Amino acid sequence: MSNSGTPLVELKDISIAFGGIKAVDGVSVDLHPGEVVGLLGHNGAGKSTLIKCLSGAYKADSGDVFINGEKVVINNPRDARAHNIETIYQTLALADNLDAASNLFLGREIVGPGGFLDDSKMEAETRKIMGRLNPNFTKFSEPVSALSGGQRQSVAIARAVYFDAKILIMDEPTAALGPQESEMVAELIQELKKQGLGIFLIEHDIHNVMKLCDRASVMKNGQLVGTERVADVTEDDILSMIILGKNPKESS
Amino acid sequence: MTDTSTSKAATKSPQGLIARFLSDTEIDTRLLGMLGALALIWGGFHLYGVIFNNFGAFLTPRNLWNLSVQTSSIGIMATGMVLVIVTRNIDLSVGSMIGVIAMSMGLLQVEVLPHLVGLGHWSIWIAAVICGLIVGTLIGALHGWLIAYREIPAFIVTLGGLMVWRGMAFLSAGGRTISPVDSKFALLGGGPYGAVGEVGSWIVGILACLGVAYIIYSGRKARVLHNFRLRPLWAEAFLALVGWATIIGAVLLVNSYPWPKGIVRQYGAKIGQDLEGTFISHGFAIPVLILIAVGIAMTILVTRTRFGRYVFAIGGNPEAAALAGIDTRWVTLKVFALMGSLTAIAAIIASARLNSATNALGTLDELYVIAAAVIGGTSLAGGVGKIYGAILGALVMQSLQSGMVLIGFDSAIQRIVVGMVLVLAVYLDILYNKRVK
Repeated sequence: MSNSGTPLVELKDISIAFGGIKAVDGVSVDLHPGEVVGLLGHNGAGKSTLIKCLSGAYKADSGDVFINGEKVVINNPRDARAHNIETIYQTLALADNLDAASNLFLGREIVGPGGFLDDSKMEAETRKIMGRLNPNFTKFSEPVSALSGGQRQSVAIARAVYFDAKILIMDEPTAALGPQESEMVAELIQELKKQGLGIFLIEHDIHNVMKLCDRASVMKNGQLVGTERVADVTEDDILSMIILGKNPKESS
Repeated sequence: MTDTSTSKAATKSPQGLIARFLSDTEIDTRLLGMLGALALIWGGFHLYGVIFNNFGAFLTPRNLWNLSVQTSSIGIMATGMVLVIVTRNIDLSVGSMIGVIAMSMGLLQVEVLPHLVGLGHWSIWIAAVICGLIVGTLIGALHGWLIAYREIPAFIVTLGGLMVWRGMAFLSAGGRTISPVDSKFALLGGGPYGAVGEVGSWIVGILACLGVAYIIYSGRKARVLHNFRLRPLWAEAFLALVGWATIIGAVLLVNSYPWPKGIVRQYGAKIGQDLEGTFISHGFAIPVLILIAVGIAMTILVTRTRFGRYVFAIGGNPEAAALAGIDTRWVTLKVFALMGSLTAIAAIIASARLNSATNALGTLDELYVIAAAVIGGTSLAGGVGKIYGAILGALVMQSLQSGMVLIGFDSAIQRIVVGMVLVLAVYLDILYNKRVK
């Protein structure tokens, strides 16, 4: 359904090396509105590194990024945010000593007259969005270090969702969560998809990939093994791509 | 049986009351702890004087007034040190920076400007202050640049600075003492003339009372606007009353410390009146007012601006701050530049108070400043610290020191006590944090 038209994001021929080791080597992936593309591969396959080139945490050595068909340059996280790219990092990237509202608005604070922070407005907004995402969340005035893993995750998700993301990058969003909370994240992904967001999902759990993703791009040793529509392949096909680094369709 | 149960209930309900009192008024328990420590130190020294010297010299207007002046310079630097430590850095060079900044101001106002504009010209003190601020900010910015952009650890950069700036302070005038400073400049260090007097102190006090009322009122209004939990009215009233009582008490205290007889006579001769026996109040000393202004400005900077928020975000998780689009290097540079400006203000006060600039001015100050920040609850692990805590920490350090001077401990013992108190304070803080968790 979604492979027609201009892709929302197109990463073309991205390469980045650290100290002579090619972490990502000429990888191209794309993402359409309302689509979830899974990025798979072993640890160290280069998924997170690839995605950090899009989120602005790293700058690619070569290759181009296109958003809605237009070439853009992303030098830092601010550039990425300006293009409505939001990222939920595996580490969550929260400042543990700050409360939920301060984290949610970090780098994009609401300021009142005179340029002073409007903390009560930010807290009120945080209460609104947390009421939608995680109604059980009540610890608004405590530093996020006092929160449980699931609560911290919901702060990180709220941060990505609040600012009208068009492109969402989720790096193992359920890795630290229990089954119930994972289910909540799955529902959220479905809802965001309906709203027309494009989502890159880094995921290890093959069942989640089959359930949530429209397409899956598999990486191994920094290179792209292949991209397949999830509906067209079996779990075993994808697993063999991950493990053997070969696309079973091409060999047959 | 019944006896134990009733006594249990009796002991439990007051505890519940205290807990409710603290949660309703939202008073920081750490603040209470520091005030308790301060009360203990003050009362202890006073009592020691009463018992062993037949005279309690500590809790007198004269001593407390002097204590407030002595706290100013360390307190001002401690507010900056909070930000430095919150960003997981350290600044060991502030004492030496005081020396070199004071020398630059001293040379300018004593050996350069009088030849250009004439001795005692009105502009001299302004030029000296601006010069000090520029030198301090530039040195701080240089440290910040080396730390943030050249990635040299702050400990090393400022340890180098500790030696370099002290050496420069010596070389700048070949080790001479530059004295006396400009007479208006000297007012910034306090003294009978460098205080705002009785009326001035009342004006300051009334403004402060209005400020307290405004803070409580606007805080409540913001909570009503967003439907947050309100403090009960009695708690708001209690906080306002405590604030007002503290302010009025301070005004009464500084106004009850009279000018010495000699100064009154000298002043009378100057204005051509016989003031013999007149009671002229000191009022708040100018350096104390500078400390208060710096404290308020720094508190606003830390709690109400993006810069302050970013400083704490970097301290909590530098990687997360960078991923949130914060230019962490630029913020770090600014923190050290700010530390330099505050050190310059401290240098102005210190040299004005001494009425001279010496190359040894500020020696060991870095340790008192760091100790003040840490005693005030700034965590060396980064991300945690309060401006008012650092100022109170400076007051604790200075109280200890001047108390020991007052009862005649020599400097060796002073250092032993101050050193032990620092370690003890941090240990208590660790215990406190464990219990809170």
